[in-house]
Amino acid sequence: MTKQERMKIPRQEMPLLDELIRRGNFEEVSLGLPEALAVKEAERCLQCKKPKCVEGCPVGVLIPQFIKALREGDINESIRVMKIKNNLPAVCGRVCPQENQCEGNCILGKTGEPLAIGRLERYIGDYELRRRTCPMVKPHDTGKKVAVVGSGPAGIACAVDLGREGHKVTIFESLHSAGGVLIYGIPEFRLPKPVVHSEIDYAVQCLGIEIKTDHIIGRTITLDELLEEYDAIFIGTGAGLPNFMKIPGINYSGVMSANEFLTRINLMKAYRFPEYDTPVRIGGRIAVIGAGNVAMDSARCAVRLQKSMGMKSGEVHVIYRRSCDEVPARLEEFHHAEEEGIIFDFLTIPVEIFGDIDGNVTEIKCIRIKLGDADASGRKKPVPLANSEFTIDVDTVIMALGTSPNPVVFTNNANLRRTNKGTVVADNETGRTSRERLWAGGDVVTGSATVISAMGAGKRAAADINRFLREGDVKK
Amino acid sequence: MYTILEKQILNDAVKLMVIEAPHVARKASAGQFVIVRIDDFGERVPLTIADFDRNAGTVTIIFQEVGKSTKHLGALNAGGKLATFAGPMGHPTEIKRYGTVICVAGGVGIAPVYPIAKALKEAGNNVISIIGARNKGLLFWEERIRTVSDELIVCTDDGSYGRKAVVTEPLKEILSAKNISHVWAIGPAIMMKFVSMLTKEFNVPTVVSLNTIMIDGTGMCGGCRVLLDEGAKFVCVDGPEFDGHKIDWDSLFSRQRIYLNEERIASERWEHICNLDKAVSGDNPVRNKSLNVDKDK
Repeated sequence: MTKQERMKIPRQEMPLLDELIRRGNFEEVSLGLPEALAVKEAERCLQCKKPKCVEGCPVGVLIPQFIKALREGDINESIRVMKIKNNLPAVCGRVCPQENQCEGNCILGKTGEPLAIGRLERYIGDYELRRRTCPMVKPHDTGKKVAVVGSGPAGIACAVDLGREGHKVTIFESLHSAGGVLIYGIPEFRLPKPVVHSEIDYAVQCLGIEIKTDHIIGRTITLDELLEEYDAIFIGTGAGLPNFMKIPGINYSGVMSANEFLTRINLMKAYRFPEYDTPVRIGGRIAVIGAGNVAMDSARCAVRLQKSMGMKSGEVHVIYRRSCDEVPARLEEFHHAEEEGIIFDFLTIPVEIFGDIDGNVTEIKCIRIKLGDADASGRKKPVPLANSEFTIDVDTVIMALGTSPNPVVFTNNANLRRTNKGTVVADNETGRTSRERLWAGGDVVTGSATVISAMGAGKRAAADINRFLREGDVKK
Repeated sequence: MYTILEKQILNDAVKLMVIEAPHVARKASAGQFVIVRIDDFGERVPLTIADFDRNAGTVTIIFQEVGKSTKHLGALNAGGKLATFAGPMGHPTEIKRYGTVICVAGGVGIAPVYPIAKALKEAGNNVISIIGARNKGLLFWEERIRTVSDELIVCTDDGSYGRKAVVTEPLKEILSAKNISHVWAIGPAIMMKFVSMLTKEFNVPTVVSLNTIMIDGTGMCGGCRVLLDEGAKFVCVDGPEFDGHKIDWDSLFSRQRIYLNEERIASERWEHICNLDKAVSGDNPVRNKSLNVDKDK
């Protein structure tokens, strides 16, 4: 096939669950490419000599190689190539913001639609979940022990790479289920939980990794105690502490963090109450504050809950202080949210929440703003408009304003350097912290970011820990 | 899974269980709590630690059967298993030599007060304990509290045992008569509010232990937040003990009511399942598995 012929093939669309049907359930929305479409999509790749897509990938997946193997019909080779760099393709294919990473760099995007790299990654990831053709093998035991704190994307990526090097890895998880934000944060309709369980279980079984749930590092065991028992520690505890707006009224009943809302639904399965014991209470008029991925997840869960509770006239608003051009969520999630009937109030900032005599939230007062000059972060600064106050009647307010690292893990660890935002100071390339034998990576270092950037940090730290365990002096 | 080693029925509504959980026992201290989840369908329930034995690797919990989860827990027996037993969570009680202290406990709050009174006594304090309940049938551990107290006052609302009074009555008399350095109060929120209002009049520092709605218990959900004079705090990681004089009690009461309706639905469903099970098998109530199919779907 010539280059021109390849460029004539249109980008293959992924089948979606009907937007009216999906509003009433938690089934996965994007259904994945069937084989014929996946191979056709793979034919579009121009196999660049200097692939820009790889530069855009935080873990450096060998993209042209896995796509070449796929279109040549050697899917097992395609999976093998993928797993050199990425052990969770079925997860990443679903949740990575590809438009800002690999696909954003794709040369096809200059003149037309970029290659659907994420969809192809998901295709081979799902294939591997069903067939298990490419097991990871644990090499000879090195006799070195590593503790990984947190079983989210950073911790799992780090643990798997260390396991593949033959180190004995133990993961400590505070909740009852491994996966971190993949389990408690990202909803079923975007990332089905069996996919997460299956990817994690498979990796840890192959590599003999132990996962200790119900262990809260800082309370059950401290970092100092772990240092006595293990040769190295990786902290990948994420950013789990929800931020609330500093406005009056946040303690009214019906005001909650997106973390609470999503944890009830995803980890505790509240959408199946009373079959599952944990309930979630929402009303017919919901405001979600913020417009990142967590806000989209919350708003889309809210629509589904309203429908499944039989509400006929439910309304879900997303209140965001910037415009639709600045929405930080993954593009696909923003589009899906719009399709599902979510109302976007852009250029709007809440200033106060009101409640009734029983303490239940009743309305939220907002002001309109315009975007001014760019601030230090390069984003346009919201400027309030005079006399623009208005209120929205609400019975539920969900705050999705980002999260900070949970300080519990650092109990009695004053000498570990952290920023005034509570994040750990760690080298970007190696993950080394101010304390010897202690590495950190993912949201606990960067503040809330993406699954794949956390995985990248976990992998870079694993490489450095491996160097240290093989070459450095282990016990001082 | 964590094994229930022992079960005691303390009264009509309150049960005690000793759980095999060495990872929690090795660090447990007075004032801290655990998160318990019965099975894969269960909610995460915070329960204060009533006692622990580091050598045996056990933790004792005491709970009152009020909703579905506590009723279900109470229906389990020694040898049964719990899916989750995580902790210890929250900050331990600050134990030091204060002088003369009062430990006030209401109802099931007698359980968490015991390790605190014991630690205070061991630290050399003169410990006065006041325990109360609605009636005689709801009291327990009187002798146990007595062994760690220099003075013990027992009262019931209806006078069926001990003095006929609510706990604030003897408390007020002692505060008027003696120089008290510190007060601990654990029990129903309304009791803790009135104890705090009273001790404020006497300017005696007062610690209360809050048990608000929470999910993870690690600081992640923020559902447990309370309003203090200085702003919102999380009970799970900032508490569970707080200065009772700084708490916005009305906000706390209203947040405690959020899920009353759902609690009633779950509780009625549980009673219904128990009745069905009894009718079918005559066995002890166990969760009817047929109602919980395809759990991982």
